[in-house]
Amino acid sequence: MLDIRAVSKTFNPGTPNEVHSLRGVNLELTAGSWVILIGTNGSGKSTLLNAVAGTFLVDEGSIRLAGRDVTRWPEHSRAELIGRVFQNPFSGTSPSLTIQDNLSLAALRGRGRGLGWGLKGSLLARMRDEVSRLNMGLEDRLQNAIGSLSGGQRQALTLLMSTWLRPELLLLDEHTAALDPKSADQVIALTEQVVARDKLTTLMVTHSMHQAASLGDRLIMVHRGQIIHDFQGAEKRRLRPDDLLARFEEVRRAEQLDESAAEMLAENYV
Amino acid sequence: MSLLVGTFTIGFILSLLALGVFISFRIFAFPDITADGSVTLGASVAATLLVHGVTPPIASLAAFGAGMLAGACTGTLHTRFKINPLLSGILVMTALYSVNLHVMGSSNVPLLSVKTLATQSEGIGLKLMRGATSFDLVGWDVSVRDASVLGAIFLSVLLTGTLLYWFLRTNLGMAMRATGDNVQMIRALGVNDGNMILFGLAISNGFVALSGALLAQYQGFADVGMGIGMVVWGLASVIIGEALVGTNQLGLTIVGTVMGSVLFRLMVAVALRWGLSPNDLKLITAAFVFVALIVPQFIRKGRIRSAHA
Repeated sequence: MLDIRAVSKTFNPGTPNEVHSLRGVNLELTAGSWVILIGTNGSGKSTLLNAVAGTFLVDEGSIRLAGRDVTRWPEHSRAELIGRVFQNPFSGTSPSLTIQDNLSLAALRGRGRGLGWGLKGSLLARMRDEVSRLNMGLEDRLQNAIGSLSGGQRQALTLLMSTWLRPELLLLDEHTAALDPKSADQVIALTEQVVARDKLTTLMVTHSMHQAASLGDRLIMVHRGQIIHDFQGAEKRRLRPDDLLARFEEVRRAEQLDESAAEMLAENYV
Repeated sequence: MSLLVGTFTIGFILSLLALGVFISFRIFAFPDITADGSVTLGASVAATLLVHGVTPPIASLAAFGAGMLAGACTGTLHTRFKINPLLSGILVMTALYSVNLHVMGSSNVPLLSVKTLATQSEGIGLKLMRGATSFDLVGWDVSVRDASVLGAIFLSVLLTGTLLYWFLRTNLGMAMRATGDNVQMIRALGVNDGNMILFGLAISNGFVALSGALLAQYQGFADVGMGIGMVVWGLASVIIGEALVGTNQLGLTIVGTVMGSVLFRLMVAVALRWGLSPNDLKLITAAFVFVALIVPQFIRKGRIRSAHA
């Protein structure tokens, strides 16, 4: 379904701010799998997600999605295949448009937009139906501007919008990180529902060890732009949040070792 | 009375300009100075065509098309060559000055003995009134000629405003509005935001040029300097409109922008009547927009302060 081959990306090359965000990443997702991406800050997990989404073009390697080579596709063209929910609840919706306007935009994700009337009767009926299933009482407020809603409500709507037309791939970028715990739980429950119902292939970045352990069927740990652990099947099911924290601790210790080793080398040879 | 009718007429003509500024400035948050050039472009294209015997409706439509082209140039500079929005507008506006001189062949074109939309609507009005040259409106003597021009421009604005409202409610128009609101979201939904901005600026400048074409036909000449300060004028109308009706509903905002333009023209007419020197007009307009832009900030600060107190 998704095939990432030897993908590398360096930001600000040739400047003091040069960052090697991705170093030869290989990752293959089978159709219908739900893969969790974790890693420390700056590890490259969000960069990997954005590379797939097309926020930037990669320096090396190739990305194939649903049988098509999308490596050079611009972001808006990839939207035909990809649904996205962002970390910032403000990123996924248009605040000054109404709920129904936003949904009508999502109903044409990746398709041509002409001079047809945006809000057709059949579409409005499905909107009321789907929005009422969010259990947020928004079905009576379809004509309200999205700007008046809470972060949790916005994320729930963004999730609904990103999956309104079944995407080949769903990208979730820490989509509950900016929410209060109750809203986060609501949005996670909704995510599980949607992914299971439409059998979506999903790539999800998270900061929450709890989510990482309990969700998905495969877990990838990223560090310094490379994949360092890949847990699948029974091994993934056995993982507990403490195991993941232990892995992070390992990484941290290895880093310290590196630094002291570097220091020693510097003392002896410089 | 004829002064009041004239004020309303110019207010409605310039409301098309205000709608153009509304599209660029409010929908795309793009401060598009091209408008200063495209007002004149619309006027000069229409005037030149009229002098060459083209019928007024066709000449006005051609002006609209020329304006779209100018807007598309600014859009291309910004979206394809990544030039800052203000600078893109300034470049095209500057270039348009020469273009306008070329189109007109001199610095102005008089339209005194030419058939225009204004003379045509006067003709229709006189025919409807069976030759009477004035009528009585609640005790005031109103010239049929003036009233028919006002009626015609009112109908045109009504039609254009409705068309704009309809367009902004279509799938394409909705994608444009969302582009100005949240670029990240609209890209994630598969819309090429650069194309939206390019097309939006084209429509915006089409409206502005149409306004220039009508203004030239109403006042009876096109002049190379007639566009100076027009963006600020449009901005003032948009801001007054928002103060009148708020910004919540698209339809209301469009009506408000038209009302804002008429009201602003009225305020200017009153100020001139009271002895304001026409030389100070642009200064006063700029000062007005400055105040209107900063007042909301002060109100917000005041609210935060009183919330903390």
